[in-house]
Amino acid sequence: MINILNHFSNELFVGFGWTLLASFLTLVFSLIFGIFIALLEVIPHKVANKIGRGYVEIFRNIPLLIIVMFFYLIVPKYIIQLNGFTAGTIGLFLYTSAFIAEIIRSGIQSVSGGQMEGARSTGMTYKQAMQYIILPQAMKIVIPPLGNQFVNLIKDSSILAFVAGFDLMYQANAIASVTFDTMNSYFIIGILYLIITMPLSYYMRYLEKKLA
Amino acid sequence: MKKIIWPIALLFSALMLTGCGKSVTDQSALKNVRSSNTITWAVEGDKKLFSLIDIRDDQEKGFDIDMAKAITREILGPKGQARFTLATSQSRIPLLKNGNVDAVIATLTITPERAKIISFSKPYFRAGKSLLVNKDSDVKSVRDLNGKTVIGIVGDNSVEVIKKVAPKAKVVAMQDYGQAVSALKSHQGDALTSDNGILYGLAAQSAGSLEVRGGTFTKEPYGIAVNQNQEPFHRAINRAVDKIQRSGEYNRLIKKWFGQVPGFNYKEMYYK
Amino acid sequence: MQTWIDALSWLNFGFLLKGLAVTLYISLVSIVLSFILGSVLGIIRYSKIKFISAAVGFVIDLVRNLPLLLIIFFTYFGMPKIGYRPSAITSAIIAMTIFESSMLAEIVRSGIQSVSEGQMEGARSTGMSFVQALWYIILPQAYRHMIPTIIGQFVSLIKDTSLATIIVVPELMQHAQVIYGQNANYIVPMFAALTLLYFIICFTLSMAGSYLHKHMAS
Repeated sequence: MINILNHFSNELFVGFGWTLLASFLTLVFSLIFGIFIALLEVIPHKVANKIGRGYVEIFRNIPLLIIVMFFYLIVPKYIIQLNGFTAGTIGLFLYTSAFIAEIIRSGIQSVSGGQMEGARSTGMTYKQAMQYIILPQAMKIVIPPLGNQFVNLIKDSSILAFVAGFDLMYQANAIASVTFDTMNSYFIIGILYLIITMPLSYYMRYLEKKLA
Repeated sequence: MKKIIWPIALLFSALMLTGCGKSVTDQSALKNVRSSNTITWAVEGDKKLFSLIDIRDDQEKGFDIDMAKAITREILGPKGQARFTLATSQSRIPLLKNGNVDAVIATLTITPERAKIISFSKPYFRAGKSLLVNKDSDVKSVRDLNGKTVIGIVGDNSVEVIKKVAPKAKVVAMQDYGQAVSALKSHQGDALTSDNGILYGLAAQSAGSLEVRGGTFTKEPYGIAVNQNQEPFHRAINRAVDKIQRSGEYNRLIKKWFGQVPGFNYKEMYYK
Repeated sequence: MQTWIDALSWLNFGFLLKGLAVTLYISLVSIVLSFILGSVLGIIRYSKIKFISAAVGFVIDLVRNLPLLLIIFFTYFGMPKIGYRPSAITSAIIAMTIFESSMLAEIVRSGIQSVSEGQMEGARSTGMSFVQALWYIILPQAYRHMIPTIIGQFVSLIKDTSLATIIVVPELMQHAQVIYGQNANYIVPMFAALTLLYFIICFTLSMAGSYLHKHMAS
């Protein structure tokens, strides 16, 4: 185990970096896109509702692996060249957005009720009421489930290994196939994953308690 | 304090489990296979000619499979069972080392690095690396690879080989051959490198869109792998291979699987 | 068009369905096992039994915070070290059960906790024991609240079985890969079939979940 740490610290470091980068990019973009989809679902517009709902249902109900492989194997063949990291991150982003949208939609709907009417009656437009009254409250409610989703997304980023995305899991496979020391290679990256995910999920539990 | 002791104790017990358990690989493999009358082989499922899953009946078929069956018969007699566990290039050695299987027959090249941790039988197929490219590719041989992207397989030694023959090439490793061919066709790489026999099989599957180019640029025979310190089993396998080669069965199998491959001189592979 | 017809011939489609059967088998067994194990672990964790709850809680947190892919590898390659040689399918079931139990345990724990505030004391003050209060008062309510989350977790489980392709489990994803691995032209039809098959199963289950939720809430 010490051997692997000595010889492959570079690979592990690089893998750690790519995993963090994929997770970070996915977090930022799927938060924005997720809010957008959630708004499509709640605004008073039937077609928008259908589109938003459709997006969530489709992407929540197919495996991440299929989405990622689609972007790695099929999109480059017919549309545009994407490398493994990009394809993997786009897949992860589209998939995670659906879950974030679902969380935020239920957050908005749990606030809405009388608050929307109240705000509208003071002369606010729908957009203003949403922006200043509903969304800020909804975001507070959804922080713990969003945090859990973020932990899931970090774990899910290991899907990049399937498309040569250079992440931790990919590096572990590579190290294991050079050293033949499967268990220890995976053990080490297991600890590296835990270093990212454990504090985060403990912090989320703490927040959950505090906000409750 | 209690909060700290528990995690540490657990981590240690996890370490013990992964590190020093008394494993199946310590027991005598030959005794095990004799008493169960079964040899469990790690084979691949995505290599035409060597070992490919037949969609019609869900069975693996190819040269490696027939060799495994013949060896099983030699060691255990006509009633002996050959059980096949599907492996990828990446998982075939871990499957053996961790004790999931008794032996590996999966287009496994004999290399000094591998020989340090597993035992190889005498060579049973004379293979060498070559290149598979899209028909319209400008790659003619390994000399054209610098600056290009080469697709390899995780767990294959192609990554190291390419680093030697074309240091400026970029190598991406895919999980299996299905993935790798799809990636090549999607132009995720300019060439796919692997052993000639495998590549001819892939080219034959591609309905004319892929071709093998540049001849072989390495000599890398395949061996059957067993765990180290399993001398009786190792010797039994070598004796079986020997017998199959001398009896003419080997040449029959070569002809059966490679006789029809266009551009491949199968007679060079004969045991003489 | 001809490619699609060839790709989804009876032969190939039958092969896909064989894979689907394995996917469903792994999912079903893992769902049942992880529901039981997850519930037990969640209750143990909630119960605050000295040492045991803390230890169980820590192990759950470890497993929950690791990628499923890693758990699959550990299970498949680790089992023979403790003297058991599982098939790839059995390994997948064990790995899915370990992973999903830990996810469910956390859902169950927080579900019970959100109901039990106040209710536990109330029930205890009527002379019920801790176990009685839990069984008759808390758990029925908690599980009713948890239905959507638990069903959502089962949907994830079904989708996640596709990851088992990495240890070559002959499930749906793997069988599709075998087909398009042998004829790369079939890749688009195969992805279409995969998407459709997974979607139908998961969407039906999701719908059943929300129906059940509405039904039981009223």
